[in-house]
Amino acid sequence: MAVIKLQRPKLNFGEKIYFGALIKGFFLTMTHAVKSLRGKSAGADSLASSGLGVTMQFPEQRWDEHLPEYYRGAPTLVTDEQGRERCVSCQLCEFICPPKAIKITPGEIPSDDPWAKVEKRPKEFDIDMIRCIYCGMCEEVCPEQAIFLRKDYLITGLKRADMVHDKDKLYQIGGVRTGLVNKWNELK
Amino acid sequence: MSDTISATAELNLPKDLAAAKGMVNVEIDGIWHQFPKGTRMIEACRQAGTFVPHYCYHPKLSSPGNCRMCLVQMGMPPRPAPGQEPQRDDTGYEPIGWIPRPVIACANTISENMGIRTSGEVVEKCREGVMEFLLINHPLDCPICDQAGECLLQENSVEHGRGVSRFVDMKVKKPKNVDIGPRIRLDDERCILCSRCIRFMDEVAGDPVLGFTQRGTHTTLTVHPDRLLDSNYSLNTADLCPVGALTSNDFRFQMRVWFLKETPTIDVNCGSGTNITVWARGNKIHRITPRRNDEVNSCWMPDSHRLNFHYIDSDARLTEPLARSGGVSPAVFSPIPWPETLKTAAAKLKTIAPENIAIIASARMTNEELFLTRSLAAALGTGSLSLVPRFAEADALLVAADRNPNTLGAKLILETEDPFATLDSIREGVRSGAIKALIVLGEDLITDAGFLFADLANLDFLLQSHILANPTALAAHWVLPAAAFAEKRGSMVNLSGRLQRLNRAVELPGQARDDWEILRDLTLAVTEETNVARHHIEDVFKSIAEAIPAFTGLTLSKIGHHGTQIAATDYQIPLLANERARKAAGLING
Repeated sequence: MAVIKLQRPKLNFGEKIYFGALIKGFFLTMTHAVKSLRGKSAGADSLASSGLGVTMQFPEQRWDEHLPEYYRGAPTLVTDEQGRERCVSCQLCEFICPPKAIKITPGEIPSDDPWAKVEKRPKEFDIDMIRCIYCGMCEEVCPEQAIFLRKDYLITGLKRADMVHDKDKLYQIGGVRTGLVNKWNELK
Repeated sequence: MSDTISATAELNLPKDLAAAKGMVNVEIDGIWHQFPKGTRMIEACRQAGTFVPHYCYHPKLSSPGNCRMCLVQMGMPPRPAPGQEPQRDDTGYEPIGWIPRPVIACANTISENMGIRTSGEVVEKCREGVMEFLLINHPLDCPICDQAGECLLQENSVEHGRGVSRFVDMKVKKPKNVDIGPRIRLDDERCILCSRCIRFMDEVAGDPVLGFTQRGTHTTLTVHPDRLLDSNYSLNTADLCPVGALTSNDFRFQMRVWFLKETPTIDVNCGSGTNITVWARGNKIHRITPRRNDEVNSCWMPDSHRLNFHYIDSDARLTEPLARSGGVSPAVFSPIPWPETLKTAAAKLKTIAPENIAIIASARMTNEELFLTRSLAAALGTGSLSLVPRFAEADALLVAADRNPNTLGAKLILETEDPFATLDSIREGVRSGAIKALIVLGEDLITDAGFLFADLANLDFLLQSHILANPTALAAHWVLPAAAFAEKRGSMVNLSGRLQRLNRAVELPGQARDDWEILRDLTLAVTEETNVARHHIEDVFKSIAEAIPAFTGLTLSKIGHHGTQIAATDYQIPLLANERARKAAGLING
């Protein structure tokens, strides 16, 4: 293996005692502090600053309208225009989920249901939000366009059990999503 | 001159050498192999290590050749003109003239000097074409199909499919979610018309209720109008079905197969000892399927045995040792820790004279457990040891009349011709009061052995180890939770004398323990021995191998997944007799 000998930079006396650099840093900090107090921090407008520096005062102020299109928040289940729950519990998301946050209990749709031809739907669908790492692989793998990462990021709870989103909660956050492929149409 | 040379040379030609052994030479993908005469091309390819994709072919069924997936290229030496000697190369083989059109590998038999190509442009194009046709009307409901993950259409699509459909017309509609039998669901849109199920019901199960109706693209699999697919072997059609057309009602929407862990073990519902695979996720068994063993069950198993596993995680399962803390009816039980259980039980046992103690064990126990039961009987000094017979009607295929899985093993281990002989005298002894203490292992005396609750209530000591809570337990003083067949290792001997192995598929629930450990510790508690000599089930098997001649030289791992023949009996599994007859007649290959 080739050995490369590095030449250390030669420092003069002023640099060796590093006092000059300390003074320089102090002035830089002070410049920013003054700017911040005058409300003139760089990027304060675009970052919706609360007035002091670029800091946004959470939770009084929210980042919500600044979230980008591709933001990955809580995974949710959606229904479509027909009011059909799109998930058929194929369990691919459960399989792909890296932290194993998803747990599905599949069930059969009774024959008197208007969507009986779909045959299968989740009986239970739990996502453990303590485990979820918001990677979005569940959304990517879903063959039925049933699971989407929404922009909800405030997932809190007082107990571990509160942090598990069950099927009702997932549909409540997910809501209705329009414009999806209607695979189970009248031709099916 | 040339005549003499060729005459001697011809004796050494590959075709003569092979013919002397009843074999023929076949070139598969450029390499010459020898196979027995009459082998099908697809089977020859498999033996040569080349997999030919197929749907309708099954080694245990006849070959109608209707899926066309196994098309390969075939070649034969050109036929010489009259009087002309065939040409041969240096190695003595004739040059192969390749036939321009493909042939199906499943229904053609090999012949001398044949050439087979399982790859190449012709073969690949054929497979792609067949796949495209098969998928024309496929409903693509993989997300709701139980076969997904083990579907040959999925597997072959990855290998030979196009990825996108060129079909722009309307797909043909067929019946979906059809109830054709108590245990089987039919989806005709998924069916690729391979007819495996039809042939199975006709040739193996002997109940030809399935068939095709309609023609062309409308061909539909149906059950006979006046009948149901209710044979006790109907679930084998779900295993056979290469796609999701026939699926099991019991396994319907329970779990996707890719989550399941497979454990090879054996069935314990009758003396045939059917080889099975247990499919479990975590600690829950989701299904059981037969495992191929040509010496026991071929590729099949009866539905009654296959579905008899739900009791393992039922509510009646015992999960901690219980001691009766009061009352007779209703009895009151309270949980106690294992060491205390065994200590108090052994202390109580020692207050009873050996001739007043009896043990009733089960022929559902493994060889190892029976061996330790024998040790326990010796430690207690009692000679009253019996098993509970369990006989019912046999069928003409796999279900044996003896519903105990290890009767032959019990005979070998206990070294007796009739291990059930003393059951009646024990029952009489319990009734007359001659027997004051009874140890019951893995049996429910009230339901299966003709005991009455009143008989058992008079005992001074009744210890039962079992998987489930049952009527006998209500009369017991100690109830010990034991292991189900899928939760333990061990060995059993089936009726035809084959030693086979049980493997652990799931863990024991709660504080339940392996039966052999319970027996070992109870024996140790009785003898007040502190030196635990047997730490593993292998140690127990080693003792058996030393003590019982039939097991000499064996270990648990030497048994293998397909068992070892250790005894000769005149018991013939009827299914195998049928199969061997069909094989001898050239109807099937496997």
